[in-house]
Amino acid sequence: MRDVLDEALAGVAARPTRLILTTLGTVLGVAALVGTVGLGQTAAGQISQKFDLAQATRVVVEPEENNGQEGEAATELPWDAPDRLGRLNGVDAVGTVSALDVGDDLVSNVAGLNGGEGKALTVMSGSAGLFDAIRAVLKTGRFFDAGHDQRGDKVVVLGKHAAERLGINRVDSAPAIFIGDEAYTVIGILDSVAGRAELNDSVIMPNGTAKAAYDLKSPDAIEIRTAVGAAQLIAGQAPKAIQPNDPSKLKVDAPPKQGAVRKGVESDLNALFLLLGAVALLVGGLGIANVTLLSVLERIGEIGLRRALGAARRHIAAQFLVESVIVGLLGGLLGTAVGVLLTVGVSFAKDWTPILDNKLAFGSPLLGAVIGLIAGTYPAWKASAIQPITALRGA
Amino acid sequence: MTAVAVALPAPVVEMIGVRRVFPGPPEVEAIRDVDLTIRQGEYLSIVGPSGSGKSTLLHLLGLLDNPSGGVYRLDGVDTMSLRERRRAVLRGERIGFVFQSFHLLAHRTVLENVALSMVYVGVPRRERMARARVALERVGLSHRMDFGPTTLSGGERQRVAIARALVAEPSLLLADEPTGNLDSVNAEAILELFDELHRGGMTLAVITHDDHVSERAQRRVRIVDGTLQW
Repeated sequence: MRDVLDEALAGVAARPTRLILTTLGTVLGVAALVGTVGLGQTAAGQISQKFDLAQATRVVVEPEENNGQEGEAATELPWDAPDRLGRLNGVDAVGTVSALDVGDDLVSNVAGLNGGEGKALTVMSGSAGLFDAIRAVLKTGRFFDAGHDQRGDKVVVLGKHAAERLGINRVDSAPAIFIGDEAYTVIGILDSVAGRAELNDSVIMPNGTAKAAYDLKSPDAIEIRTAVGAAQLIAGQAPKAIQPNDPSKLKVDAPPKQGAVRKGVESDLNALFLLLGAVALLVGGLGIANVTLLSVLERIGEIGLRRALGAARRHIAAQFLVESVIVGLLGGLLGTAVGVLLTVGVSFAKDWTPILDNKLAFGSPLLGAVIGLIAGTYPAWKASAIQPITALRGA
Repeated sequence: MTAVAVALPAPVVEMIGVRRVFPGPPEVEAIRDVDLTIRQGEYLSIVGPSGSGKSTLLHLLGLLDNPSGGVYRLDGVDTMSLRERRRAVLRGERIGFVFQSFHLLAHRTVLENVALSMVYVGVPRRERMARARVALERVGLSHRMDFGPTTLSGGERQRVAIARALVAEPSLLLADEPTGNLDSVNAEAILELFDELHRGGMTLAVITHDDHVSERAQRRVRIVDGTLQW
């Protein structure tokens, strides 16, 4: 096996200029494919950087800001809005969020000690579904649930920075904090949230608790997490579901449509380049087949000699096949290199981050090898069919 | 009972009633009724004009072609019943070819050309280069090992080809017009090398149209119109 490889390598290396010309078609073809796919991926990457998943699936509903002016009754979000929205197809999670007016109440970890070391932290409230809706991740402990909400339990979840400022980092001993004079048990600490960064600096309590303690009338906003691609649909349906009588009084925040942008990138031009690449590959394969066939004719003497030295037909076939695979592989490698450079170059010029699939980068040279294999089959068969007598008589 | 054994060396080549017909039309019988025995250590020349069938005989002897009829045993192995793959192995192992036009690979060094003849007969890679060096020393070319064949003279090229034929330790050295492309000085050198190989015990069969070349052999066989004449 190594012998076949050695002999084939020597055969290929014997004519360097021809080798380069032979690989040209494959180089162009693979370069066109890698460049087109690479640039497509890079451009698509720019889009998804702008619209990452969290943003692309987030819909927020709030009352219109000019609510309650000129004698109109202020629109309030109903408490059962999460139930109503949860029934819509495409809504994965939904929850309410409200900022509480706590007056002068400060938040501290120990009541009245150290002469009131309280911190002026934001206090917010939410429904049990809020955490799921904003893709909250816990650092420790748990979220409050619907039961806490209904009973109005005096429990809170702390945002990441709020916990740091209060010096609380564990909840297994059920630490208490004080808001004003009231004690609340900390049951969880957040690590991150995808929307609503202000929750990081807040103390969050269940709506039920907030209604009792701070007389909360209605939710400030509703956070909806939709299925991928459903954001536009839900944005249209949500106001009617929440407030069928007067949906126009609700303001909906939804991500912009992506389709238009993506279409611009994956234009017909792409298909054209891919087609060109495929044609170049075909031509490259034919080129390899042609040159290998020519080389078989030129090397008839060599074939005869090898047969005289004990080579069987399969040895001759294997050598020419391996030679054309090497040529194809080389073309694939060069083409991939050119395609990658092209992608990086265009990305650099356009100030993009080049993105290239590993599978593409490592698979393309193999594509060249496969083309070499296919192109070499006929010449290899032809070479192996040459009779040693004919071969030795010729030269 | 004691038999006085006349210790005849074992035959390397045994041809009995060999014929080769090239299918027509017109059908041509290039070789007919050839009986030929070459014993170990013999130096035989087969001489004949062009068209006499000596090339066909060479191809048959070298297992490059199949007889249409008859029996051909090489080293006692009946070659008629062998499959193509086995014939290739036998050819590589038992026969060393020397051609008129040398057939050296232009892009490989002299050493690599000689080592090539061990690639297909299963000599381990490590051994090949060492054995190729020894063979080149034997033909007096140790100073040319890393040269390309194109830089050598015709005589030197033929000596490389002889080294290549010898290195796999064949039972029979088969030479086809070995001096045909050489001037008289180089031709003489090659013939001296053959004499030397003969003295060393090698079995040689030289096919030529040149009487001067065939005279050097121990035994001469003439081929006319496809039949051997003694």
